[in-house]
Amino acid sequence: MENVLECKNLTKRYITKTALKGIDLSVPKGTIVGLLGPNGSGKTTLLKLAAGLLKPSSGEILVCGLKPGAESKEIAAYQPDRVYLNDWMTVNDLVLMMADFYKNFNKNKAYEMLTSLKIEKGEKLKSLSKGTKEKVQLILTMSREAPLYMLDEPIGGVDPAARDYILNTIISNYSENATVILSTHLISDIEPVLNYVLFLKEGKIIRQGDVDSIREEKGMSIDQLFREEFRC
Amino acid sequence: MEYQFTNDKPIYLQLIDYFKAQIISGELPEGSRLDSVRDLAVKAKVNPNTMQKALSELERMGLVRTERTSGRFITDDKEKIKSMKEELAKTEIEEFLDKMKSLGFDKDEVIKIINEA
Repeated sequence: MENVLECKNLTKRYITKTALKGIDLSVPKGTIVGLLGPNGSGKTTLLKLAAGLLKPSSGEILVCGLKPGAESKEIAAYQPDRVYLNDWMTVNDLVLMMADFYKNFNKNKAYEMLTSLKIEKGEKLKSLSKGTKEKVQLILTMSREAPLYMLDEPIGGVDPAARDYILNTIISNYSENATVILSTHLISDIEPVLNYVLFLKEGKIIRQGDVDSIREEKGMSIDQLFREEFRC
Repeated sequence: MEYQFTNDKPIYLQLIDYFKAQIISGELPEGSRLDSVRDLAVKAKVNPNTMQKALSELERMGLVRTERTSGRFITDDKEKIKSMKEELAKTEIEEFLDKMKSLGFDKDEVIKIINEA
């Protein structure tokens, strides 16, 4: 298993529009991949297909060599772009629930991260701010020991200091075999952390490659390239 | 040390420049042991693969050497460090002279100003 995510001619049609138009792509293991594109370009659709929440209209998608389903969900960690957790539960309830749910969940890692971000375990999710809820959700996702993490807009709502901490967590947690795919608009913040980028535009991959090679070739950062490529 | 990256160059090249500066300033003394790739990556907030690439490049230049069991070390070859220092000085001076040229000073005038300063 060399590639953790593979798409072959992947297409997804909704009733009135086609969100993904025949995508071919392979993401090798051990990379941190930025999935970049303007609003409505198909980022969330792609991640949802990989997570098994949507079925492809045609084409194929393989996650860790498996068709998305119960088996792939057990090993790959996916985090949607909004908080999906029950807000009447306390943070500790949530940790225990996740530990119950996923074999690869590491409780100690979760508690450690909660402590460093100064989040009270006994607090109900309902009583936390939007940013803190997002932090809790990200901690729960990153506490799984998975070969693939798929994070949809994970840092949008959190403050810059916590953002730094989260990026640190991603760098130091990810083992040589783990892959992180994250979609975001905050490119300049995460650019040094990425080593591979995918540009999505209107349901197609218009550019993919190694971050430093692109910088070398274009003489500009990924952030600048994005602004140029998607100028309105 | 805070790492700041500019937009116009690949990050691994900028990391190499940071390492060179640290070797020259003595922050990384000759012969000293480097932290692990992961620790260095976390410190610089960069992808571990990028850090790896920078270190391999430094190794190729002969400024860093790897010992199979005990890790990576800054070279203790004084000549090597000296020539790297001189090379760096040369590029800095060339850049400076270019800038002065665009301000309308030739080399002799610049030297005169330096002597007066």
